[in-house]
Amino acid sequence: MPLLQAHSLGVHFATPRGLLRAVAGVSLAIEAGETLGLVGESGCGKSTLGRAIMRLVPIAEGTLLLEGQDITRLEGASLKQVRPKVQMVFQDPVSSLNPRRRVGSLVGQPLSVAGWSRRDIADRVAELLAQVSLPRDAAERFPHEFSGGQRQRIGIARALALSPKLVICDEPVSALDVSVRAQVINLLKDFQDRLGVGYLFISHDLSVVENVADRLMVMYLGRVVEQGAAEAVLRRPAHPYTHALLSAAPVANPRLARARQRVVLQGELPSPVNPPSGCPFRTRCPFAEARCAAEVPLLRPAPGDGQLVACHFDFTERFAAAADAATGVSA
Amino acid sequence: MSGLEVRGLSVALFTRAGVLPALSGVSLRVPPGRTLALVGESGCGKSMTALAIMRLLPEPPARIVAGQVMLDGVDLAALPERRMLAVRGKAVSMIFQDPMSSLNPVATVGEQIVEVLRRHEGLGGRAARQRAVELLELVGIPDAAARLDEYPHRLSGGMCQRVMIAIAIACRPALLVADEPTTALDVTVQAQILELLQRLQAETGMALLLITHDLGVVAEMADEVAVMYAGRIVEQGPVDAVFDAPLHPYTRGLIGATPSGGTAGRHARLADIPGSVPGLAELPAGCAFAPRCPLAFGACGAQPALLAQAPGHVVACFAAEGVPADAAAAGA
Repeated sequence: MPLLQAHSLGVHFATPRGLLRAVAGVSLAIEAGETLGLVGESGCGKSTLGRAIMRLVPIAEGTLLLEGQDITRLEGASLKQVRPKVQMVFQDPVSSLNPRRRVGSLVGQPLSVAGWSRRDIADRVAELLAQVSLPRDAAERFPHEFSGGQRQRIGIARALALSPKLVICDEPVSALDVSVRAQVINLLKDFQDRLGVGYLFISHDLSVVENVADRLMVMYLGRVVEQGAAEAVLRRPAHPYTHALLSAAPVANPRLARARQRVVLQGELPSPVNPPSGCPFRTRCPFAEARCAAEVPLLRPAPGDGQLVACHFDFTERFAAAADAATGVSA
Repeated sequence: MSGLEVRGLSVALFTRAGVLPALSGVSLRVPPGRTLALVGESGCGKSMTALAIMRLLPEPPARIVAGQVMLDGVDLAALPERRMLAVRGKAVSMIFQDPMSSLNPVATVGEQIVEVLRRHEGLGGRAARQRAVELLELVGIPDAAARLDEYPHRLSGGMCQRVMIAIAIACRPALLVADEPTTALDVTVQAQILELLQRLQAETGMALLLITHDLGVVAEMADEVAVMYAGRIVEQGPVDAVFDAPLHPYTRGLIGATPSGGTAGRHARLADIPGSVPGLAELPAGCAFAPRCPLAFGACGAQPALLAQAPGHVVACFAAEGVPADAAAAGA
């Protein structure tokens, strides 16, 4: 049984301009010890999906199962009981830590909410701070005394305090410098290897996701357009949007960067309040045809391992040929 | 030579805690039509370099204490502010990381472009407006004439950055300084903006000083790279040479810490650089990278000079001296 299962999840917001379907019909599963990468551009609904799984925004449609238990509509005491199992690491380590509380109190707060004794909290906090390689006296200090990378470690210690089963990492390294980013990614991987925790890893940065994810989901305007084993999706993308994202991501290799053919998408994300008819991507898709405006493409199997794609056409071979041409030059 | 030439630029911060060396002896050359990428982590001095070149340093506490900023034979560092006003926005322009907060929210897009054209080019109202439409078309804004009367909040981040670029290139500057121009943008929009900068550079022959922390952007855009650490340039050279055979342990660390996908993939442990960048008040004597450096030895207590290890490829490291490029690459 998967750790987390979502079936046709929908999150809606009422806005002055109409109903915004931030997440529409998203199904996913995360196993213990596994990382599901979630990528897409600003406004695609990836953070909202993470918050829905945290039960921080109301779920309008679908069901959410945690270890087989339906938590879609849990409230009050029964919701509080499952909360420790799902925790979150936020993007901005500055604004996600209360500047007026000491680090010990920040990391210990989930424990005190869960009713731990003061002595147990102090012991656990010391243990957690050691695990994230912060100095012993860190508990007595305030967040502003730490660098960005250290603050993100404090956020991770807090998220892991109650030994959660699942951690939602929402852009956990986007605000960090390159060298520190690697430290934090390695730390998250170490915890996963040791504790078997599952991650939903939300990021706009494909190179980071590629390094951490076992499986991958690509979202566009609230919908999943492609998913599958990370390797399959990244090496053999089947959706034109995935292909464009991969093509747009800068490669830290000057020869490869010069050699490859880039697909630069024209235009920008349409309004999610008033999405295009049919395929949501068709207004920016270089391959769109009449059918794309008429019919919503459903997720269907693609050639790769567990790969699903929501596109009327089959581009896998074509994209693969283009990718091979580019890597051939680098070899 | 024409283009930008920075020689021995030093900037100090005069604070209550003492005089802090924000920049120490920074030298750079960006010929016309070429792109130099200045890379490094937060606090390394790359934005400080840009602000010093633009003469936009926050004074006090910052002040240029030594060096020259030569642009087409004129030393910008020595110009009085009155004359600098005629240079800034005309011969040198700058675009910033956050396009939303760089534009004036209470003036229309058109007013902000027209202001530059009237001030520097002396264009009249109608001619300036006509030129503003052309500029918006040049940076790829659809329906340019209508957009002219919009306020910035009506535009997306990518569109705001295009407007910033239109303002910056309005007077065909000899040098464009771009400080993290795509960091706040999505990848697909980043690709559009980088492509736009390349196209404009090819058309106008401007020199581009690109400041970024993203080695991917460097690889896509740069002819030359300069790597900064704690206010100094620690390595500089042609982009291929620096990526193929990085000589400074810090450069190697940065490249190793960048997830590059390809061969590594899942479960490949990223090489991290232990510790973090030291504050300016607590710089060690000698090489500032030594406390984090795997190769540090006795000599590192002194300040290493930037020395050429290959034609055009300089590095400031005692451990890299005399190390053939291929051996250095193997050690990465």
